[in-house]
Amino acid sequence: MSVKRKGNSTVTIFPDWCKGCGICAAFCPAKVMELNDQGKAVVLREEECINCGFCELHCPDFAIMVRPKVNDEIPAVCRAVLEKAARKPKTAASDGAAEKAGSGKQKG
Amino acid sequence: MVDMKGTQLIHEYLRHNKKFPHVFCAGCGHGIVLGSLIRAIHGLGLKKDEVCVVAGIGCSGRLAAYVDFNTVHTTHGRALTFATGIKMAKPGMHVIVVMGDGDSMAIGGNHLIHAARRNIGVTALILNNNIYGMTGGQCSPTTPSGSFSMTTPLGQMEQSFDCVELCTAAKANYVARGTVFHVKKLDKMIMEGISNPGFGVVEILTPCHTQYGRKNKYKTPVDMYKMLKKDVIDIERYNKLSEADKAAKTPAGVFVQKDESGLEEKFYEMAARCQGGV
Repeated sequence: MSVKRKGNSTVTIFPDWCKGCGICAAFCPAKVMELNDQGKAVVLREEECINCGFCELHCPDFAIMVRPKVNDEIPAVCRAVLEKAARKPKTAASDGAAEKAGSGKQKG
Repeated sequence: MVDMKGTQLIHEYLRHNKKFPHVFCAGCGHGIVLGSLIRAIHGLGLKKDEVCVVAGIGCSGRLAAYVDFNTVHTTHGRALTFATGIKMAKPGMHVIVVMGDGDSMAIGGNHLIHAARRNIGVTALILNNNIYGMTGGQCSPTTPSGSFSMTTPLGQMEQSFDCVELCTAAKANYVARGTVFHVKKLDKMIMEGISNPGFGVVEILTPCHTQYGRKNKYKTPVDMYKMLKKDVIDIERYNKLSEADKAAKTPAGVFVQKDESGLEEKFYEMAARCQGGV
């Protein structure tokens, strides 16, 4: 049984797997998550989480994990997903913008 | 793997060599059904090798590729026939068929009613999103009368199929309807459908905001989930409503639960009797 008490759980979001549908942010009873400017879910108020498990059950992309705070170890399978995301080079948004600015200068 | 739960458990059952995130649109309910199926199989304590997932064509057909069970991706509408063969050859295998509404009730409509009539021991999950999502949003047999789609821009004039009544009339052993909003109930229904002998049908209402929603005033996935939350009610509550109120609501729950033995059990019993020379 899950213990419904505030501040006893950690919420992890795998940014690579999140498609930004907004179900977690819209239905979360404690408003723990919000969508950021890239349209992906981010955890803003983790201490408000009551461990109801709604987001974990309803995330269609398996991108949210809610665990009790005492058990801090992330399981191997999920860790692989997070590490893969961290290894990836900076996304096209920032690099692309820098390149464009650079090329513009050269032409000018 | 015993004490795992939630996302951690689901990740354990996925094929991580496939490309993730999966192909479904953002907010599509098919992902939730996949999670629910995995939790149900884990809850029943089945081994990965004891389970066979058969899928047809359509959005739901992609579901079988992501799970680490025995999986078969079959032709359009014929998933139940492949499943019948697998179950007859290997009666110990738990065969689960994942079909869409077009797959099961349009092109495979005959297979559905005859699988129910035969009472073959497979479990059919019918992912009903009221539309042909993958091919561009044409109306399907379950598109509600009066709603809009790509091929019915002025409103659907035909009546729609009620999957539950169809399967009940065809004498399936277990008939239930769940939604992707009521996930815990859905988990339970899939578990019961798998463990019940004979043919089991679980109709799952999943939203398709990309093709159905945008033509019918549900532009975002959240709108569609709110609609499911509001309009789908439990069968007991539904029966207490007046006739006028019933029109706007959809009943969900377990409709039929019988304990008759499936075709494969009868067949192997007959075979043993013949070989025993009685």
